[in-house]
Amino acid sequence: MATSQVSMTVNGKKVEQLVEPRTLLIHFLREQLMLTGQHIGCDTSHCGACTVDLDGKSVKSCTMFAVQANGADIRTIEGMVNSDGTLHALQEGFREMHGLQCGFCTPGMIMRAYRLLQENPSPSEEEIRFGISGNLCRCTGYQNIVKAIQFAAAKLKGVPYQEAAE
Amino acid sequence: MSDMTPTSAERAAKLEGMGCKRKRVEDIRFTQGKGNYVDDIKLPGMLYGDFTRSPHAHARVKKIDTTKASALPGVVSVITAETLKTVNLAWMPTLAGDVQMVLADGKVLFQNQEVAFVIAEDRYTAADAAELVEVEYEALPCNVDPLKAMAKDAPVIREDIKDKKEGAHGPRKHYNHIFNWQAGNKAAADAAFAKADVTIKEMIVYPRVHPCPLETCQCVASFDKVKGELTLYGTFQAPHVIRTVGSLISKIPEHKIHVIAPDIGGGFGNKVGAYPGYICSIVASIVTGRPVKWTEDRIENLSTTAFARDFHMETEIACTRDGKILGLRCNTIADHGAFDACANATKWPAGLFSIISGSYDIPAAHVSVDGVYTNKAPGGVAYRCSFRVTEAAYAIERAMDIMAQKLGMDPADFRMKNLIRREQFPYTSAFGWVYDSGDYQTALQKAMQAVSYKKLRAEQAQRQEAFKRGETRELMGIGVVFFTEIVGAGPSRNCDILGIAMFDSAEIRIHPTGSGICRLGTKSQGQGHETTYAQIIATELGLPADNITVEEGNTDTAPYGLGTYGSRSTPVSGAATAMACRKIKAKAQMIAAYMLEVHDDDLEWDVDRFRVKGNPERFKTMTELAWAAYHEVPPGMEPGLEAVDYYDPPNFTFPFGAYVCVVDVDVDTGMIKVRRFYALDDCGTRINPMIIEGQIHGGLTEAFGIAMGQEIHYDDDGNVTTASLMDYFLPTAVETPHWETDWTTTPSPHHPIGAKGVGESPNVGGVPCFSNAVNDAFKFLGSTHIQMPHDNWRTWMAADKLGLHQ
Repeated sequence: MATSQVSMTVNGKKVEQLVEPRTLLIHFLREQLMLTGQHIGCDTSHCGACTVDLDGKSVKSCTMFAVQANGADIRTIEGMVNSDGTLHALQEGFREMHGLQCGFCTPGMIMRAYRLLQENPSPSEEEIRFGISGNLCRCTGYQNIVKAIQFAAAKLKGVPYQEAAE
Repeated sequence: MSDMTPTSAERAAKLEGMGCKRKRVEDIRFTQGKGNYVDDIKLPGMLYGDFTRSPHAHARVKKIDTTKASALPGVVSVITAETLKTVNLAWMPTLAGDVQMVLADGKVLFQNQEVAFVIAEDRYTAADAAELVEVEYEALPCNVDPLKAMAKDAPVIREDIKDKKEGAHGPRKHYNHIFNWQAGNKAAADAAFAKADVTIKEMIVYPRVHPCPLETCQCVASFDKVKGELTLYGTFQAPHVIRTVGSLISKIPEHKIHVIAPDIGGGFGNKVGAYPGYICSIVASIVTGRPVKWTEDRIENLSTTAFARDFHMETEIACTRDGKILGLRCNTIADHGAFDACANATKWPAGLFSIISGSYDIPAAHVSVDGVYTNKAPGGVAYRCSFRVTEAAYAIERAMDIMAQKLGMDPADFRMKNLIRREQFPYTSAFGWVYDSGDYQTALQKAMQAVSYKKLRAEQAQRQEAFKRGETRELMGIGVVFFTEIVGAGPSRNCDILGIAMFDSAEIRIHPTGSGICRLGTKSQGQGHETTYAQIIATELGLPADNITVEEGNTDTAPYGLGTYGSRSTPVSGAATAMACRKIKAKAQMIAAYMLEVHDDDLEWDVDRFRVKGNPERFKTMTELAWAAYHEVPPGMEPGLEAVDYYDPPNFTFPFGAYVCVVDVDVDTGMIKVRRFYALDDCGTRINPMIIEGQIHGGLTEAFGIAMGQEIHYDDDGNVTTASLMDYFLPTAVETPHWETDWTTTPSPHHPIGAKGVGESPNVGGVPCFSNAVNDAFKFLGSTHIQMPHDNWRTWMAADKLGLHQ
């Protein structure tokens, strides 16, 4: 099958590759760039395990062709650690608050939460729940994911995290 | 001792042993996208497999033409049942004693059944070619209703065994009948009903649902022709079972099969069984000489690999006028689909369903379960529950409410009156189970106080009056549940899978510097085993949990075990871990005695060391003893410090809990708001409270999904209408309620550390609690039982049937 040249920035690095026009972005990331952090959970855009950050938006990369991402600036979970090698506040928050179990939804959930906090640095619980409603988790029941995002929001603002009273 | 010496408590805290909210070891890699799941595996030369599937629920396969598919560039091979017959693999044995088609052999028996397996250079080409396989079908009448399966003129589902009068579990009474299984004492139960003042009878249906882990079932098979060895990576909850079954059916010697289960993205029972995709990938790798990957998509997952429930339970309770239960009966039709591929302990075709007497002191009881074939997908797995325990808990807990309603008693009072009393433990149920321990009244009282139960009922009464006056269109419902589980399968006298006793194992090696590795026969799918098993070792051996690596999932290195499902990891492998530690500790004690020049008996254990009784300043820490085990063992003792334990549990464990749910139902839209959900769990000794709480949150969310919307539904033509996430309800963060958790602790007397298992309790208790709450809302209007799932449409219909929209 004919291939097209695509070039994009992924986690700060310029990449140029040949892809089939029908190659999904998630398959391009996972199988051509070997960035296997984002996962495939449903093929119908429901689960959000494949969520990446693309030009300042959360995008489900199973519902976009790699050629559509030509010229884009993409961030995946592999690009989330801080430049000094420490965990990003969200990665730390998910661990501290037990916001993950099997880990399959986690990279997509963190990438979604990353954009959510860019758009709204101080979200309420309700805003977080709506904000991550395109990402499914089968293990945690979301309660600790909400806390993980609140933890990260506090840390990014430099204020101590305070758990809401039950 | 100087003041700077840490106290025992300080030393214990540093170990991060049992009871510590230790942060998870796994999260370091998972939060960075560095987990290693099956689809992340890419081997040199790897091919991709994909299935051609049946559009029909029941049809004769007249012809399969693979010419066009094979001609597509990039296609390496196409496999059909005819190919598989040459290696005698067109059919495979199931865990339940039945056989199952790997690829359609003459007929298809359910929609999306596997018909041909296409192997290509990449996954897109494989998918293209799967569409090019031309299959000629002749449609046959189908049946998807288990209650009609044994009708005189029902379509014959399984022609291969149509005339067989004897099945794997005894006589068959119809060509679509699989087994009849009974427990309890029918005569005694019938006598109890004959003398009862009050009886109830209700057909309680637990619909067909699917575990739907976020990662689907997948594998990579790699056959090395030179060595004659197979390496099989896969999403396996029970890797050793897969190796043994794989060897038995492929005839590859078991030592030449290497099964590796890497990180697993959730299982919930979906990943226990052996599926056609695994067999086809193995055969494809043998045929092509190259590694072959197979990954299900979500539709394939929901419609073919493993369903759960589909139990139709006619449940009866008999009572005295003042509310003392005399007897219980239940006649169940179990829909197993086209093949009996149920994942149960082999001797138990209906699993542990006879836990149906629940938490109550019921003197006489009987159950009968008939398994039947229909034109639906095979399976019958335990979706986040011990085998058929959630079905049993649902039946008894709904029936308890229905009986309380008939007696005019409060459902909590009725339960309190019939709960097994503390002094009755160990309690032998009418079905013969010996409940290990419990303090049910304390748990129920604590729950009632925590939610201010009396106030809730008073509020409900007021709101019912307001509803009758037309001031509100909302109904308030309060669900109360007291459940008892039976987990930790299991004792070898009761439980085996294909003849292999359901023990489990742990092998611990302590290294010279006081760190170590523990390998087990279980397999985490998100439960956090790498974190929690190390905590057991930390407490048992006095070595920091951080110094212990926990490894599972590689059958070459892990001791044999039966895997993780049915809440069995902690009750069985957790026990094995503690027992292996104790073997190590016994040896360490002898080394300590030698070094300190005292008798073994003169030593006592103190957190992380053996010290001389009465002279605590003379001691050897476990770290020192580990070093000594490799360089100054006593004369005659072999060096090294390691142990393996295969633990055959003396009994099951019986976790329990009291749950309360409050809902508000809008009768005009059918929408249900969960106002409050309180869950008190007693899982015995608590290893990591953070992980326990997380498991309960997750299990309650799955229970919420099941009770409020999940159903694998088939239309009359056998089309599965809920096979994508468009139609199959998985709760998002928006619908999911806030969870309140609580606990009591009643250790198991027969478990080495007193632990009982917890992961499945919230599913078992949660489903009836939601359902009871919704039913409770409508009760005062004369409604007795509304079937699950309680989605908006069905709830609106229930309201409509009660005349609330006139």
